[in-house]
Amino acid sequence: MSTETLPVYTKKDFQTDQEVRWCPGCGDYAILSAVQSVFPELGIPKEKFVIVSGIGCSSRFPYYMNTYGFHSIHGRAPAVATGVKIAHPELEVWVATGDGDSLSIGGNHTIHMLRRNVGIKVLMFNNRIYGLTKGQYSPTSEIGKKSKSTPFGSADRPFYPLSLALGADATFVARSVDVFQPHLKATVKRAAAHKGSSFIEIMQNCNIFNDGAWESLTEKEVREDHIIAIEHGKPLIFGKNKDKGIRMNGLELEVVQLGNGIAEKDLIVHDEKNHNPAYAFLLSRMDSTPGFPTPIGVLRAVDAPRYEDRIAEQIREVTAKRGKGDLAKLLRQGDTWEVK
Amino acid sequence: MGTITQSPPRKSKKREVLEKAVIRFCGDSGDGIQVTGNQFTNTVALYGNDLATFPDYPAEIRAPKGTLPGVSGFQVHFGSTEIYTPGDAVDALVAMNPAALKMNLTELKKNGILIVNVDNFGAGDLKKAQMASNPLEDHTLDAYRVFPVELMKLTSAALKELGLDAKSVDRCKNFFALGMCYWLYNRPMESTFRWIEDKFKAKPQLIEANKLAMKAGYAYCEATEAFQVSYEIPPAKLAPGLYRNISGNTALALGFVAASQQAGIPLFLGSYPITPASDVLHELSMYKDFGVVTFQAEDEIAAVTSAIGASYAGSLGITTTSGPGMALKTEALGLAVAVELPLVICDIQRGGPSTGLPTKTEQADLLQALYGRNSEAPIPVLAASSPGDCFWVALEASRIALKYMVPVIVLSDGYLANGAEPWRVPQPSELPSIPVHFTTDARGFMPYSRDPKTLARPWAIPGTPGLEHRIGGIEKQDVTGNINYEPLNHEKMCRLRAAKVEAVAQEIPEVVPAGDPSGELLIVGWGSTYGPITAAMKLKRAKGHKIGHVHLRYLNPLPKNLGEVLKRYKKILVPEMNMGQLVMVLRAKYLVDAQGYDKIQGKPFGTSEMAAKIKEVLQ
Ligand SMILES: Cc1ncc(C[n+]2csc(CCOP(=O)(O)OP(=O)(O)O)c2C)c(N)n1
Ligand code: SF4
Ligand SMILES: [Mg+2]
Repeated sequence: MSTETLPVYTKKDFQTDQEVRWCPGCGDYAILSAVQSVFPELGIPKEKFVIVSGIGCSSRFPYYMNTYGFHSIHGRAPAVATGVKIAHPELEVWVATGDGDSLSIGGNHTIHMLRRNVGIKVLMFNNRIYGLTKGQYSPTSEIGKKSKSTPFGSADRPFYPLSLALGADATFVARSVDVFQPHLKATVKRAAAHKGSSFIEIMQNCNIFNDGAWESLTEKEVREDHIIAIEHGKPLIFGKNKDKGIRMNGLELEVVQLGNGIAEKDLIVHDEKNHNPAYAFLLSRMDSTPGFPTPIGVLRAVDAPRYEDRIAEQIREVTAKRGKGDLAKLLRQGDTWEVK
Repeated sequence: MGTITQSPPRKSKKREVLEKAVIRFCGDSGDGIQVTGNQFTNTVALYGNDLATFPDYPAEIRAPKGTLPGVSGFQVHFGSTEIYTPGDAVDALVAMNPAALKMNLTELKKNGILIVNVDNFGAGDLKKAQMASNPLEDHTLDAYRVFPVELMKLTSAALKELGLDAKSVDRCKNFFALGMCYWLYNRPMESTFRWIEDKFKAKPQLIEANKLAMKAGYAYCEATEAFQVSYEIPPAKLAPGLYRNISGNTALALGFVAASQQAGIPLFLGSYPITPASDVLHELSMYKDFGVVTFQAEDEIAAVTSAIGASYAGSLGITTTSGPGMALKTEALGLAVAVELPLVICDIQRGGPSTGLPTKTEQADLLQALYGRNSEAPIPVLAASSPGDCFWVALEASRIALKYMVPVIVLSDGYLANGAEPWRVPQPSELPSIPVHFTTDARGFMPYSRDPKTLARPWAIPGTPGLEHRIGGIEKQDVTGNINYEPLNHEKMCRLRAAKVEAVAQEIPEVVPAGDPSGELLIVGWGSTYGPITAAMKLKRAKGHKIGHVHLRYLNPLPKNLGEVLKRYKKILVPEMNMGQLVMVLRAKYLVDAQGYDKIQGKPFGTSEMAAKIKEVLQ
């Protein structure tokens, strides 16, 4: 590819002729559109993209992207993708998954993929519900969630998906929202540029089974007060009037009103490169305390060796040391004897 | 290559020539029984005997010392004629403690040789073995030729000069016993010396100690009056060639390396440790210089799905496991059927259900392999019949998977996996060629178009310009591969996937029964029962009975002429280490009155019980 010039792609090049079968009004459309807009800008030949998914509404994603695509089985996309990436490290491997797919049935594969830091980018569509199976509560549904399978409310506590990813020592952890197109595109672009595992939680509206799940964050009137868009090197400031901030108070975060002796310099300056995941972990669950905003943007982006590179390196090293394997020699290794 | 060194010259003791012998070592799992057995095996193999082994060890790594559940055994049957099984009855038993004696004595022949470590027969040892009185004193052993040996004291005396701690000295006693057995069967010690030198490279003192212990054991038999006779078992007349000793799991691993080399694509193993399959993972993890990737996944589901991902990206994806892991892989096997990618799944069967008998053998996963998936998801199934055959089955399964773009299941079992036999090392020219073609031509590319002969779909790997396409588990339209839920399309696709598996039958060899081509009885077997069936049939045919033996390597699809062959015999007997699985398939498919002969004890069939069953059926 080095001697050829890359074709100039447009969004259209990444669209397929398949009829999109999500419900009208579903947040998945916006995510598809954002990804189709970002991919042409990445400077990567189209044939290098592989999108792997599990099962769920969100997991239909690969069918609508004109790239290589693999719609696998429920929860197993990270494992399939890991095989693809180890076998062929130059590919750009993405995973499209849902909150149930990645955190319930596939929770094990998700954490181990992140732990290994395989160079796979995960788009996790979090609608806090099982969409495809028509509306059972999910591992991200709020406690007390009334759903088809929990008519009296759910009894279990939800995951904080970003906390979970950080707990698995994920090297790139971010959050965005289906309806915040510029922010979503920018976040997807950042994930694309990251070398190791990237995990983006995308807050997505399922207008059929869980409409308005994110309304309190996304409604125009409240959005500025309930969301904080964090950026590397910038202080943690939010609010309609940009007059609220977050500072450290011992080991806790604290929301403060700017003014009255509290200035910008007292606030936390976001450092996505902080190697200690504890900092990002604090951010990832600060909205569990009333009065705190929900962070969106890149919480953590640190460099670490990729799993597939280490595997390839080992093969190179051993081969350099022993020479390329000789089958005839291998078959007769150890003690042998000749029968005449 | 090993050269045969002559044993040291003997004094005037008697030497008897035998055709074959069965020796069994038994003791605590901490006594080094498996090492001792393996060394003995290697030495007799290098000498040129044919052989079969049966390592039998407990599921617990170190059960409480001296107890019955902690007993580990290793049996070797070696001879100057063809050896088919590890042997029913034991000629020489080496027992390291009372528990081992208790668990193994019933299999020692009357008047058989019994070497006992008397240093371990204190009151406490007897109690741990739940023995009321000392068998060395209460006439229990009157029917045997007993050689009581103070193994610990003698080893300790031999190593006195080295100043080792008591624990290290104790660890050498198995080599003292091995030295005695080398004297007993007139075997050179050199290959074990070499092994010791390699094993303890970093600890020269232990090299010295183990060698000394072994030499002392040898010298002890030479010097004491107790041992008056030793035995000589001349080399067997095997087909000419270069031989090595090989276990089923090693053979399987080598078969896959060979397949990847023949196909010219990298091997990817996704696996999760499980007895008795882990050794294949261990073995393959060493072959990085062959470009082999071994991925120890977080569970069996990730193991198989990562292998599917690797195949999708152009590798030979394989996964290895045993029954419980096989159960976890089930859903992914359906995916492999639907996406039509090459994949080899190895099930090294063990006793079940559930955790069952993790270290014991069984053949009860046949129906799981054939049918254990949701919906219509046919998969070719092959079974290996001996440790060395595992190599060839791995190659054949890979060849079929790559040629037909299908998952293929390989069945082995605990007995084949750990058992060993002499294996003729093939020349590279004897290996099958495995052509692989990646589609690159974008003109008219359709992901589910088919090769007219094999019905295989094209293999278009990611990274190929212009061939971007989507695959998945959802039903797809014939040819285009687009999502499709139409009734007739679904039926067509189900039939196509089945026809593709059936198409394999066009090139698998027709069965030719061993023994008589028609007659009173046909024995149909599969997998590791090959040895006992062959040995027992030989006995019965020598008595004039007309018996044939078909051993099925291909269990799906079955050989085309099998139905016709079944009809040539008056009776059909199907011995299996399960409750009658193949027999059920044969009865259903061919409407024949085949009868089963089941054994589900975690142990292979013995030759004599097999012969007795044949006799009963012939009456
Ligand atoms: C093994 C298995 N179990 C259950 C299902 C049924 N199933 C399909 S999708 C799904 C949940 C999907 O939820 P989520 O991952 O949140 O995706 P969404 O549809 O909300 O995008 C379930 C339970 C299945 N397909 N496979
Ligand atoms: S059910 Fe919900 S998530 Fe699924 S397509 Fe419809 S709106 Fe979207
Ligand atoms: Mg969901």
